[in-house]
Amino acid sequence: MSDHHHGPEKGLMRWVLTTNHKDIGSMYMWFSFAMFLLGGSMAMVIRAELFQPGLQIVEPNFFNQMTTMHGLIMVFGAVMPAFVGLANWMIPMMIGAPDMALPRMNNWSFWILPFAFALMVSTLFMEGGGPNFGWTFYAPLSTDYAPPSTTFFIFAVHMMGVSSIMGAINVIATILNLRAPGMTLMKMPLFVWTWLITAYLLIAVMPVLAGAVTMMLMDIHFGTAFFNAGGGGDPVLFQHVFWFFGHPEVYIMILPAFGIVSAIIPAFSRKPLFGYTSMVYAVASIAFLSFIVWAHHMFTVGIPLVGEIFFMYATMLIAVPTGVKVFNWIATMFRGSLSFETPMLFSVAFVVLFTIGGFSGLMLSIAPADFQYHDTYFVVAHFHYVLVPGAIFAIFAGTYYWLPKWTGHMYDTALSKVHFWMSFIGMNLTFFPMHFVGLAGMPRRIPDYNMQFADFNMISSIGGFMFGVTQLLFLFIVIKCVRGGEKAEAKPWEGAHGLEWMVPSPAPYHTFTTPPDVK
Amino acid sequence: MQLDPAQKTILKATATAVGMFAFVFVVMVPLYNVLCKVTGLNGKTDPNPYKAVPAAVDTSRTITVQFLATNNKGMHWDFKPSTHKVEVHPGEIGSLTFYVRNPSGKDMVGQAIPSVSPFEATDYLHKTECFCFTSQPLLAHEEKYMPLKIIVDQDLPKHIKKLTLSYTLFDITDMNKKRTAGLQ
Repeated sequence: MSDHHHGPEKGLMRWVLTTNHKDIGSMYMWFSFAMFLLGGSMAMVIRAELFQPGLQIVEPNFFNQMTTMHGLIMVFGAVMPAFVGLANWMIPMMIGAPDMALPRMNNWSFWILPFAFALMVSTLFMEGGGPNFGWTFYAPLSTDYAPPSTTFFIFAVHMMGVSSIMGAINVIATILNLRAPGMTLMKMPLFVWTWLITAYLLIAVMPVLAGAVTMMLMDIHFGTAFFNAGGGGDPVLFQHVFWFFGHPEVYIMILPAFGIVSAIIPAFSRKPLFGYTSMVYAVASIAFLSFIVWAHHMFTVGIPLVGEIFFMYATMLIAVPTGVKVFNWIATMFRGSLSFETPMLFSVAFVVLFTIGGFSGLMLSIAPADFQYHDTYFVVAHFHYVLVPGAIFAIFAGTYYWLPKWTGHMYDTALSKVHFWMSFIGMNLTFFPMHFVGLAGMPRRIPDYNMQFADFNMISSIGGFMFGVTQLLFLFIVIKCVRGGEKAEAKPWEGAHGLEWMVPSPAPYHTFTTPPDVK
Repeated sequence: MQLDPAQKTILKATATAVGMFAFVFVVMVPLYNVLCKVTGLNGKTDPNPYKAVPAAVDTSRTITVQFLATNNKGMHWDFKPSTHKVEVHPGEIGSLTFYVRNPSGKDMVGQAIPSVSPFEATDYLHKTECFCFTSQPLLAHEEKYMPLKIIVDQDLPKHIKKLTLSYTLFDITDMNKKRTAGLQ
């Protein structure tokens, strides 16, 4: 290596010390996939236990730890890092920047994560077990009645929060300061726009989550009573603080997905995105509304009638900008010359299935009806419909769209279509019946259930196993593509647009060291 | 010091994150408590004794006030009101006692937390004397009769004819110990 500035270092230390946005992006993606498999195997334990009524495989307390950890790992370990990974890889290439604005901090934001999750997962092996109070960790379940390992859980959440906040600051600084000349804000690809808004949501609400767990820590160890009525506090306060974080958090997990789909649908419709400006404003409106709807998660906790009405209508209002987006995606496809390569399959499935999840969300937003649906499997069906075919399908779509750019090889398209169809069928088989058992009154987070729910639960479990096993196929496809395959052109999709397609495939270690000219 | 635009962006973003963390403690928590107090949300009553103002007793109507005594999980004291309900005219003082006994072999501290239902009546049920204003230390096997004096406000909305004042008794022995330990 005569010119060591133009290539990565060799060996393990490359990955530990790297400040390269592509290396860090790849590490985020692999970490996210590892967490996806770990959280997924916990879902397999849950579905195995629920295969039949009665208790057969695990203890109820362990079941609760599985539901809790599945939620925490999927939210903080799988979905969020995957989007940060995509942001690392794509944002600098999309805006013509040589790297992220803060490369060294970028390295640190990533390397905190494995330690945070090692700490959190280790609680499962501690005396008293890991967190068993649900991913929402409502006080006093997570304070007075929590296992002793909760302190480690709190520190793990603090670490994840620090990582996310640093990642978000990096994204903001990159987008606002490193755009190539001529790349005005309203020329940015929507993925960059959605990530800019997501990053603002992150710096606004991750500290609120940190505040919530800090109050828990103080209640547990230092005799304060934020959430303890005996000392003048109030457990309902916890729910307000948590959901003030939690509702923007669900948009943090979906806005970048909107951006990915907005890149893919025009590419395979061979038409420009319909209504670019309205898309930007819709995302901004959704982000704003996310701050004033949190109490719709707590309709049954006892809030005044005016509160119920306000939060009900504010929630329904979110359907308007979301409807604008769905309309625009459909209008983009309308009379386009469509082709259905794997990224497009996942994106079309995203539009259809995310809309179903949106509709069940509207049903839940009706305060009087929510008293019936609250804490049932209907809620589980709803948020899995927005997160699995929403966030996760978009991540798959983005991966299949940009994988040739990352690896320089075209993946096995036939296998990737098998992956799509198996995921599509498995996912619907798992979550669609949950609507029915939910409406019939099956409560969530319970390891046993009434006989009347047996058949639908068995179908859900079969679908769940199918979806789970299929993801190993995805792993195989990606590894196969990394190792070799048909050479990919700089622009493997003829309808694609954007600066990322101007660089060769695989993308060189350093791109846009001199900024491109954007017209 | 001259900052370049990127440094300014980073500084603002960091300040936002730090500010939001502070926001939880200095705005959200106090604001929630103020809102609860103003709206009577969660039936939280005034934690301080009410100073009775001389006013005519409204004999035109009679209000039933019911009393509940509940132990929070893990609290084993005997705890019950001397009567389950009193009937008072608005403006008139109603008084009763709550019996409490610590059956355990160790000294403990209890705290009763009141809650009024329906919520909208919270601000109209006054307590001139209540054992809930302070914590209650009881020695092992000690028992006590604790007085409670209430006044229903003359402005109580007309449609409310029955109120419930519910007490939940918490064991705050450990919390007190942690607090004292923290102060030293």
